[in-house]
Amino acid sequence: MLTRTSRLVPGARRLDPGRLLHTGSQAPQSLAAHLDNPAPDDSPRAVSRTSEKDPVKTFSEACLMVRKPALELLHYLKNTNFAHPAVRYVLYGEKGTGKTLSLCHVIHFCAKQDWLILHVPDAHLWVKSCRGLLPSTYNKQRLDQPAEASIWLKNFKTTNERFLSQIKVQEKYVWNKRESTEKGSPLGEVVEQGITRVKNATDAVGVVLRELKGQSSLGGFRLLVAVDGVNALWGKTTLKREDKSLVAPEELALVHNLRKMVKNDWHGGTIVLTLSQTGSLFKPRKAYLPQELLGKEGFDALDPFIPILVSNYSPKEFESCIQYYLENSWLQHEKAHTEEGKKELLFLSNANPGQLERLCAHL
Amino acid sequence: MAAPCVFWGAAVSYRLFLGGRVSLALRQGVWKAAAAELQVGTGEKILRLRHTTGVTAKKNVAALRRETYTVDFIKKQIEEFNIGKRHLANMMGEDPETFTQEDIDRAIAYLFPSGLFEKQARPIMKHPEQIFPKQRAIQWGEDGRPFHFLFYTGKQSYYSLMHEAYGKLLDVEKRQNQLQAKGLFSEKTKTKDLIGSRWLIKEELEEMLVEKLSDQDYAQFIRLLERLLTVECSAEEEEFVQRFRRSVTVQSRKQLIEPLQYDGQGMAFSTSEGKRKSAKAEAIVYEHGSGRIKVNGIDYLLYFPVTQDREQLMFPFHFLDRLGKHDVTCTVSGGGRSSQAGAIRLAMAKALCSFVTEEEVEWMRQAGLLTADPRVRERKKPGQEGARRKFTWKKR
Repeated sequence: MLTRTSRLVPGARRLDPGRLLHTGSQAPQSLAAHLDNPAPDDSPRAVSRTSEKDPVKTFSEACLMVRKPALELLHYLKNTNFAHPAVRYVLYGEKGTGKTLSLCHVIHFCAKQDWLILHVPDAHLWVKSCRGLLPSTYNKQRLDQPAEASIWLKNFKTTNERFLSQIKVQEKYVWNKRESTEKGSPLGEVVEQGITRVKNATDAVGVVLRELKGQSSLGGFRLLVAVDGVNALWGKTTLKREDKSLVAPEELALVHNLRKMVKNDWHGGTIVLTLSQTGSLFKPRKAYLPQELLGKEGFDALDPFIPILVSNYSPKEFESCIQYYLENSWLQHEKAHTEEGKKELLFLSNANPGQLERLCAHL
Repeated sequence: MAAPCVFWGAAVSYRLFLGGRVSLALRQGVWKAAAAELQVGTGEKILRLRHTTGVTAKKNVAALRRETYTVDFIKKQIEEFNIGKRHLANMMGEDPETFTQEDIDRAIAYLFPSGLFEKQARPIMKHPEQIFPKQRAIQWGEDGRPFHFLFYTGKQSYYSLMHEAYGKLLDVEKRQNQLQAKGLFSEKTKTKDLIGSRWLIKEELEEMLVEKLSDQDYAQFIRLLERLLTVECSAEEEEFVQRFRRSVTVQSRKQLIEPLQYDGQGMAFSTSEGKRKSAKAEAIVYEHGSGRIKVNGIDYLLYFPVTQDREQLMFPFHFLDRLGKHDVTCTVSGGGRSSQAGAIRLAMAKALCSFVTEEEVEWMRQAGLLTADPRVRERKKPGQEGARRKFTWKKR
């Protein structure tokens, strides 16, 4: 699998063949943390706030398996015409087949290419279990989520340090009586404002999104919008107001802004989305098709898009995964080396990457 | 006060007789009479009342002990049974001469249908030998002298059997010595057909001898018989030993092997069913495939998210080393996730029998893959919280 990679992608990426990025099931948050530093040689483990189960810590390296869907996407990305409106790609597939990691692969690629990355690790986190919901300062009907917004801003800052000083704000924004951002000041200031004044964090996010959308068309940089679990934006929430009435997703400012971002009325970049059943609310376990997970509203909003199916491992991929585990001495069972052992693992996991990982964790 | 004293004395003597082992109907009658007399008597009522209660209580205890069936009684029962059998044959319109026990069972089941769960509580009509327990006739004659010379050992039939067996052994050895002396002794090793038969178990031997044995007695007897087998013996000794061997049922119970069927493309497949608790499954195993399994149209990885269930499905294939070689389609209904997995496993194992050699079928049977699990949910009993759990015991 690795040799195939190097042949197909000769020079452009300089992805060292030894580097496979592989993370545990708590992929989204931790991944956002390590890919914050797009430079290749750096060891993100020091920076990352990974969970203990994360193989990144255990293997002291981050490895990603290069697979067909990701390659396909990269191929499309390379051939995009940035004058056209942004194309939407939706990665969908059964649970545990590797959608999130494919997304991470794409992000890594774009980071290497010096794109500006707008990465939402898990949109589901924004629609459930939020503690502080405040009425929005900007629009009375909407609700703010200061905690999530500030976390995201911090991530954004570490991801795109370079661009924060480059991009200039196009309008004047007044935060409150004492603070305001002048026109023409770098975007970094807005981000700082959001981080320091948590109350205005959501609005800061909104500002950032609007600016980026407006300015990407000008061509100073390429914008990649990557959202994981995008079906959260159109599903239901579990958040309630003080009077115990349910909150619809539109009433959350973050969700509202993100929806605008995902609409393809801008150009100069791409939008890559992933569906996820794992964190979704009120959806049956076996649902994986875009129609089912997005619902009618979501589907209409995202239409047209290019769907990319991520499926279970092929026999070769399975082999290489097992080889990787064996090389790192992850599999301690005597039978793991043998053919029968591999067949057993294949049967039990049915070549599903998530299942395989969970199984191997026990061995 | 002579009269009460006399009665009291009489009661005492009768109580002494009660200790005797043999309880004849005669004696019972005498007691009854005695009880009646005691009741009739006047004066000293308290004393008399005590006597009556004492005697009647003891009489009941004696009556509850093993009822002895006399030989005449058994004979009468056998005659009645035979006549009844002929009547039954006539009723069913069959030939009385060739009316077997199975026919009788069927007829009784037909005439007296019973919904009772306990099979032994249903009406039966069997030969009196099988119903009345075997009892020993009285072992001594009128003069009180026992018939058998080993009566006073306590276990006369056992010891007489041992004596007989040992006598035979001595005979055989004597014969061998004679042959050796004559020089005609030849080392003939006869391989006796011991496979397929087993020694009588202790319970069966007890039943045969109508005597209680201890474990040591039984072991001693078997050892003696085995010793008899090691030396060469003639036909009658063989026959003597064979009396104490029972044949064991054929080892591999014939597993029903489903025939192969061929579908449109010429691919061979085999179908079978399986059950577990209340789950029923039907599996279709195709001969050539890549190890994909579909349950109710859904991939098995999605249908059984728990690894334990998938391990159950893996078991038959892993046992036969055919992990990635067959494709399976199955339907399952009822039960919970674990019992559905078990039902599918049984169905798949049965279906695989048709693709596999006889020996491997025997291995599967011994591994327990082809046996339906008989465990069902146990009923909750009244007075307890669950099937086994009792209510919390409070000391006060």
